[in-house]
Amino acid sequence: MSSDASSPGRGPVEREGAAFAIELRGVNKSFGPVHANRDIDLAIPRGSIHGIIGENGAGKSTLMNILYGFYRADSGSILVDGEAKDIRTPEDAIQAGIGMVHQHFMLVEPFTALENLLLGAEGGFTLDAGIEKARADIVELERDYGLEVDLDAKIQDLPVGVQQRVEILKALFRGARILILDEPTGVLTPQEADHLFRILENLKAQGRTVVLITHKLREIMAATDNVSIMRQGQMVAHRKTAETSTEELAELMVGRKVLLRVDKGAARPGADVLSVRDLSVRDSAGVQRVKGVSFDVRAGEIVGIAGVAGNGQSYLLEALTGIRRFESGSVSIAETPLPAIPHGRPDNLGHVPEDRLRMGLIRGFPAHENAILGYHDEEAYCKGGFLERPGIIETTRDWMQAYDVRPDNPALKAAAFSGGNQQKLVLAREMEHDPVLLVVGQPTRGVDIGAIEFIHKRLIAMRDAGKAVLLVSVELDEILSLADRILVMFDGHFTGELDSADADERKIGLLMAGVTTPELTGDAA
Amino acid sequence: MAARGELPAWVNLGLIPLLNLMAAFLVSGLIVLLLGENPIEAVRLLIFGAFGYGEAIGYTLFYATNFIFTGLAVAIAFHCGLFNIGGEGQAYVAGLGVTLVGLYLGFLPFIIVLPIAIAAAAAFGGFWAFIPGWLQARRGSHVVITTIMFNFIAAALMTYMVVNVLIKPGSQIPESGRYAESTLLPKLHEIAAFIGMELSRSPLNLSFLLALAAAVAFWVFVWKTKWGYALRVVGQNESAAVYGGISPAKQIMIAMAISGALASGVALNELLGSQHRLILNFPSGFGFVGIAVALMGRNHPVGIILAALLFGALYQGGSELSFDMPTISRDIVVVIQGLVILFAGALEHMFRPSLEALFAKPERTEATA
Repeated sequence: MSSDASSPGRGPVEREGAAFAIELRGVNKSFGPVHANRDIDLAIPRGSIHGIIGENGAGKSTLMNILYGFYRADSGSILVDGEAKDIRTPEDAIQAGIGMVHQHFMLVEPFTALENLLLGAEGGFTLDAGIEKARADIVELERDYGLEVDLDAKIQDLPVGVQQRVEILKALFRGARILILDEPTGVLTPQEADHLFRILENLKAQGRTVVLITHKLREIMAATDNVSIMRQGQMVAHRKTAETSTEELAELMVGRKVLLRVDKGAARPGADVLSVRDLSVRDSAGVQRVKGVSFDVRAGEIVGIAGVAGNGQSYLLEALTGIRRFESGSVSIAETPLPAIPHGRPDNLGHVPEDRLRMGLIRGFPAHENAILGYHDEEAYCKGGFLERPGIIETTRDWMQAYDVRPDNPALKAAAFSGGNQQKLVLAREMEHDPVLLVVGQPTRGVDIGAIEFIHKRLIAMRDAGKAVLLVSVELDEILSLADRILVMFDGHFTGELDSADADERKIGLLMAGVTTPELTGDAA
Repeated sequence: MAARGELPAWVNLGLIPLLNLMAAFLVSGLIVLLLGENPIEAVRLLIFGAFGYGEAIGYTLFYATNFIFTGLAVAIAFHCGLFNIGGEGQAYVAGLGVTLVGLYLGFLPFIIVLPIAIAAAAAFGGFWAFIPGWLQARRGSHVVITTIMFNFIAAALMTYMVVNVLIKPGSQIPESGRYAESTLLPKLHEIAAFIGMELSRSPLNLSFLLALAAAVAFWVFVWKTKWGYALRVVGQNESAAVYGGISPAKQIMIAMAISGALASGVALNELLGSQHRLILNFPSGFGFVGIAVALMGRNHPVGIILAALLFGALYQGGSELSFDMPTISRDIVVVIQGLVILFAGALEHMFRPSLEALFAKPERTEATA
C-alpha cells in the first residue's frame, strides 16, 4: 500500500522537490512509425487543476496511458511527488496514488454503486465484513467532497453524471491523490458539467491534484489553474489559465489562427422536405427508444437536435435513413413515404453517420472505394456490373481537392487519413450526390479544429443551396452556431423546440435534462 | 503517410511468405538432420521428385489444381468475412453431382456434357455451402461451426451413397461404377498430342485449365464488379454495408454458395479427370489444406496459384522423397507440410513486427495535417 494513502494531500511536504504532484521528463513513445509522444516535459503543481488540451491524435491519451501504466514509455522518467516511479501497470499507478476516470466508465451495470466501489478492493474472503467498513469510509469521502451518490442503487439505474461520481469515488477510495479525468464532460449536460467542476474545486481545496484532459476550450477556461497544450505529439506550450484566452489556446492547438464563430446569414426556408409524424422506434431488445416524435425540416434550413448522448438520437437517425425499422408513425422525404421495414437508404437522402469508422467508412478500402459506398449501383460508377474504376478515381480526386482532404490520394486506405480528413471524405460523398435532405450525426466528433471550421462552412453552404439539413450533435456549441431551429431530445421525445435566436445554453441545458417549464416550451410548434 | 502497420506491397505479398517458408524449411531440415539424413540431399530429392521430369511436373500440377480450387474457395468466403472450413465436405458432395453426370449422361457428346458436369458439381458443392451460409445469415449460426459439422454430414452421406446406392452392382469394393467414356475430362497430354505436342503421361487434365480460368474469374469478380465490391464491403464492415444499403445476409449466402462451387472443382479434377468413378473420401484433405493455401496466398488468386504450386510440389515431391529415402516416411512428409502450414498460417505474422520496424524508419514523412 502507498505510504500515505489516506493523506488528504498535504502529507509529505518535507520531501525534496515535492512541489509537483507529477513531473514528466523527456518522455518518448512511438508506435511503429508514429511518434505519439516526443520529449514530453510536464510539471503539475500539487493541489491544482491542470488542463491538457490538444486535437485528436495530438498524443494526450497516449501520455495519460503512460502515466496510468497502460503503456510504457520508450524513454524518459516519471516523478510522483518528487520521487521517480517505475509505473508498469495500472496497479503501480494506483499504488503511487494516481487514479483515473476514463471517458467510457468501467462500471458493472447490474451491481450497486457500493459493490462497484469495492471492485478489486474487496478486502476479505467474504464480502460482508469488508462492505460495512467500506461504507463508512465512503460516506465520509462523499461528505468531504460533495459527491452525493446513492450507494445502494444499481449503476444501470443511475444517471450518467452520477455514474461518473461513482468513478471518482472509486479512485478516491483507492487512495488517489492525483486524479486524471479523460474527456469527462462528453456525456454530461451543461448543468452536470458545472456540478463536476464544483467537485473538482472541492478536491483541489482538500489538496488533491486534478488532471483534466479535454478538447473543449471553454472547460479549460472555466475549471483549470494551468494548462498545457499538445500538438502532434509534442508539448507546445504551458500557460496559466488566467493569463490566456480561448483564441490563443485554439491557435496553439492547431498551429494557426482559427475562426471559432461561424458566419452565417439568415435562413430562407422553403417547403417541407422531411416530415415525421408520431415516429416510434424500438431497439433490438424491444426497448422503446424513440417515443412518438413529430417534426419537419424545410428546404434551406438547418434543424439541430440537441441532447445528451443516448437519449434516442441514434435510433431516430437510423430510422430516418433506412437502416432501422420503425414501429409506428410515418416518415416522408420529399413527399415520398419511407417504408417502416428498411429497404436501404432512400435515393434523395445523404447521411453522414454518427460513427464514421463503424458505419461511414471501410478502413481497409482505398479512398476511392469509400467514395462510392452506398452509391456503387449508380450508372456513373458501374456499367454492366463492372466498376468504372478510372472514372471513380478521377471523381474522388476532384472531391478530395474540393473538400480539402489531405493527402488527396484516392488510392490511400481510409485508415491512413486523420479523423478530420476521413470525415471530409464522408461529407464529400454524401453532399456531392446531390441529396434533397442531408442527415448529419456528430459531424465533428474526433475532428480537429481546422477541419471543424471547414465542415461547418460546408453545412451552411448546403443550407444556402436550398437543401434541408438535419443535424444531430451532442456538442451544444455546434448546435447553437449552426442550427436555425433547435429541437431538444430527452428520453426518446422532444422536450422543446427553440428558435436559434432565443436559444441559450441554460435553456437548452434544462431541456436536455428533461426539465420542461411553460417558460421554456412556450414557443414549441 | 504510412499508417501504423503499413508495409510495402512487395514485403507483404512476397517477402513475408518467403520468410515464413524459409523458416518452415529450416525447422524441417533440423528434423531431417535428427533422423540422421542429409537435409540438402532431402531437398534435392524433393525438388527433383516434384519438378525433375515430365511426369513429376504433371503430378505436381495435378495436385496443385485441387489446391487452387480449394484455396479460391476459402478466399472468396474470407473476402466476405467468413471462414469456410467446409471445403472438404463441399468438394465431397460435389462428387455426387459429378457422379450422376458421369453415370447417367453418357449418351451426350462431351462438348455438351462438360458444361453440365461443371454446373452439376458447382450446384451440389455450392448447395452444401449455401446451407451453412443461410443458417448464419438467417439464424446466426456461425459458419465455422456449421461447416465443420457439414463435413461430417457430408462424409456420412457420401459413404451411404457409395455403399448403398451407387455401388457397382455385385461389387464388394466401395466405389461406383465407371463413368461413361464421353463424360471424362481429357488428360492434358492427350490434348497436347492432339495439337502435336508431346507431354509425359500424368493424371493432369482439363481441370487444371479450368482452375486457372476460375482464378482469373475470381480476380475479375472480386475487384472489378459491383457484386465483388458489395461482398468485400460486408467482409470488412457489416455496419457500413447496412448503411450503404447492402444486405449482409444476402452477401453471406452468395459468398458461401460461390465458395462451395469453387471447392467443387476438386470433384471435377479427381473424379472426372483422374479416378473416373466415385471413390470413398476422394477429397482426402485437399479442402483443409486450401485454408493454408488461401492464407499463404493472401487471398489473392496469384498468391493462391503460387501457394497451390508449392503444396502440389510438397505432395508430389514428398511422396518421391519418402520413396527414395526410407527413413523419411510418409508421416515425416506430412510433418513438413504441417510446418509450412504452421509458419505460413498460424505464425503468419511472426516476422511482421521486426519488418515493420525495419521499413518504418526510412518511411518517416511529415505528419499529415
